[in-house]
Amino acid sequence: MGEALLEVENLHVHFPTPDGVVQAVNGISYSLGKKEILAIVGESGSGKSVGVLSLLRLIPARDCKVQGSVNFEGQNLLKLSDPEMRELRGNRIAMVFQDPMTSLNPVLRIGDQIQESVIEHQGISEKIAKSRAIELLELVGIPEAGKRYRHYPHQFSGGMRQRIMIAAGLACEPSILIADEPTTALDVTIQAQIIDLVKKLRREIGMSVIWITHDLGIVAGLADRVAVMYAGKIVEFAPVDQLFKTPQHPYSRGLLNSLPRLDARSEKPLEAIEGLPPNLINYPASCPFLERCSYQTEQCQIPPEMRSITTTHEVCCHHTEKL
Amino acid sequence: MTEPIVKVKNLSMHFGQASGFFSGPQRLVKAVDNVNLEVFEGETLGLVGESGCGKSTLGRSILQLCKPTTGTVQYRGTDLVKLEGKALRKMRNRFQMIYQDPYASLNPRMKIADIIGEPMYIHQLHPRSEIRSEVEKILKMVGLARDFADRYPHEFSGGQRQRIGIARALAAQPDFIVADEPISALDVSIQAQIINLMRNLQQQLKLTYLFIAHDLAVVRHISDRMAVMYLGKVMELTDSNTIYEDPLHPYTQSLLAAIPIPDPEKEREREANRVLLDGEVPSPENPPEGCAFCTRCPRKREVFETKKIDCSTKAPTFAEAKPGHWTACHLYT
Repeated sequence: MGEALLEVENLHVHFPTPDGVVQAVNGISYSLGKKEILAIVGESGSGKSVGVLSLLRLIPARDCKVQGSVNFEGQNLLKLSDPEMRELRGNRIAMVFQDPMTSLNPVLRIGDQIQESVIEHQGISEKIAKSRAIELLELVGIPEAGKRYRHYPHQFSGGMRQRIMIAAGLACEPSILIADEPTTALDVTIQAQIIDLVKKLRREIGMSVIWITHDLGIVAGLADRVAVMYAGKIVEFAPVDQLFKTPQHPYSRGLLNSLPRLDARSEKPLEAIEGLPPNLINYPASCPFLERCSYQTEQCQIPPEMRSITTTHEVCCHHTEKL
Repeated sequence: MTEPIVKVKNLSMHFGQASGFFSGPQRLVKAVDNVNLEVFEGETLGLVGESGCGKSTLGRSILQLCKPTTGTVQYRGTDLVKLEGKALRKMRNRFQMIYQDPYASLNPRMKIADIIGEPMYIHQLHPRSEIRSEVEKILKMVGLARDFADRYPHEFSGGQRQRIGIARALAAQPDFIVADEPISALDVSIQAQIINLMRNLQQQLKLTYLFIAHDLAVVRHISDRMAVMYLGKVMELTDSNTIYEDPLHPYTQSLLAAIPIPDPEKEREREANRVLLDGEVPSPENPPEGCAFCTRCPRKREVFETKKIDCSTKAPTFAEAKPGHWTACHLYT
C-alpha cells in the first residue's frame, strides 16, 4: 500500500448517557494509503459514521469521550487545538454528508458556499475564488456553471446538490475526502453518476477517499480495501477482491449471503442472519457477534483480537480456520 | 397463475392545484398516467422505479387509498373505483397494505394486541372473545413471541415492527397485499429475514403480492413478474428473469446497468461497457411531450434513424413486443 496517509489507532468513542455509556466505537485501527479508496461497511448503529466524524472532531467534546490516536501528516488530530483543527478541516480533509437536502445552507448562493473554504483557508481574493468555484462546478459536471454559480440550493435536484457538496469538499484540494453515505438518498442512476465522478477525481487529482456505506454493491465497484464494522468494531479488513471471494468473518460472510443478487436468481430462501445486533449500552463481554453466530464455541466468551491471516487480510474471530 | 385477481385499466392519478385568483394556470402532476396491468392469483408482481415515478401512488390508487382520476381497478370482477363508503369498506379486508416506514405506521399509543386485533374487530372476522387468541396465532405466524401482544411499538426494533405491520395486514384475512417498500427502511441483515417471511406467508396463505421497491435485486428475488415505471408510466412488464436477461426498454437497460453488483470482478467487467444515463428525471409537472424517457434516452437517435420517428413528439404505446413481454418503446413497434 506504500506509505500511509492517515493512521487510526485504537480509536474509542463513548457517549455517556443517563442510561449508561453507549460504546459506539470500540477500538478500531486502520490506515489509509495515498490515492486509496477505503470503504467502511456496516449496518446502522455499527459505529461507522461516528468513527469518521470523530476523526475530524465533529462531535462536540462535551458529548463524548474519544480515545486513541489519529495520525495525519505527523500530527495526532485528537490532540490538536481547536484553531489548528479548523485550519485542517475542509482544507486538508474534507467531508461530504449523507443528506444533500439538508447539508447546504438554503439562504446562501451555492457559489458562495463553495468558495467560502478557499477564501478562509487560502486567503485568496474573491475574484479568483469565484473563478475557482466555477471551475469546480464544471469539474463535478454541473452544466452552465457560470450561471448556476449564482443559484440557491433549492434550485437544484438531490443529485446536483450532492455534486455541489462534493465541489465544496474539493475546493481546497484536500488529500482526503470523507464521504458518509453520499449516495444513500439518491436514485440508482444518479448514484452511478456520483460514483463515476469520485473515481474520476481520484484518478485526476489523486485524493484518497474514505467511503462509508451499507451497500456492498457500491463497495465492490469502488473500493480498494474494505473494513467491515459490527457493533463498534472492525471485524474484517481486506482488499476488496479477497473480502468478496473469501470472507473470513461469520458476519461478513452472512452479510454477503443474505443479499439477493441481481445477476442470479435462486429459488432458495435468502440466508438471513437471525437475531439483532447487541445493545451498545450493555456491551457484551464476549465476542459481540456471539449471539447471532453459528460457529460459536466456549472460546468465544473471550472477545477475539484482530489478527492477520495474510499480509493484507485481517479478521477478528477465533474460528477463521473452520470457516 | 390463472385468473387475474386485479385488473388495472387506463388508470390515471392526477394531482392538481385548483386554479385560483392568484395561482395562475392550473398545474397538474400526472403521478400515474394511463397504466394498464394485471396481477394474477398467487403471483408476486414487482413494481420498480426511481423515486417520484409514481409507483407508490399506483399502489395506493389500486387500493382506493386515493381515488383515481380516471380508469378502473377490477378486483375479482368488481370495479373498486365505483365503490364508495360502506360498500368499499366492506371489501377492504380482502386487500391490505404493508407500509414502508415501520416507525411511522404503528400507532405508538396502542398495544400490539390492539393494533393487530383492530382489523379483526372492525371486519367482524372473529367473535370478540376469540380475538386475543387469533392475535397470538398471527404473532406466531410472523415469528414473534406471544407475550409481545401486551407491549407497545416503541419496545421493538425496526425488523420486529415490520413483522407487526405484516401481522396487522394478515389479520384482515386478505388475499391481495400491496407491500410498499416494506424492507427499504431496514438493515441489510434484517431485510433477508423479512423477505423470507413474506415468501413463506405467501405459500402458506396463498397470497398475491404487489411488491413495490426501488431495489431491483430484491424485487428480482421475490417476484414472478416485474413492471418498470418511469414518470408515471409503465415502461416494461414481463417475468423477472426475462427483464434481467433480455431487457427491451432503454430505460430498463440503463437502470440495470446502474445497479452495483456485490462482486468486484463482475463490476470491473461491467464498468468497461457501462452506459451511464445523463441528466435527471424531468419534473412530473412538466413531462416531455412524446416518450417520457426521451430526454435521457441513449437510443433516441437509433429510433430516429431506423424508424423515422421523433421520440420527443410522438409517445410510444404500451404493446406486446414478444409473447408476454410488454414495453413502451418505438424500437419494438
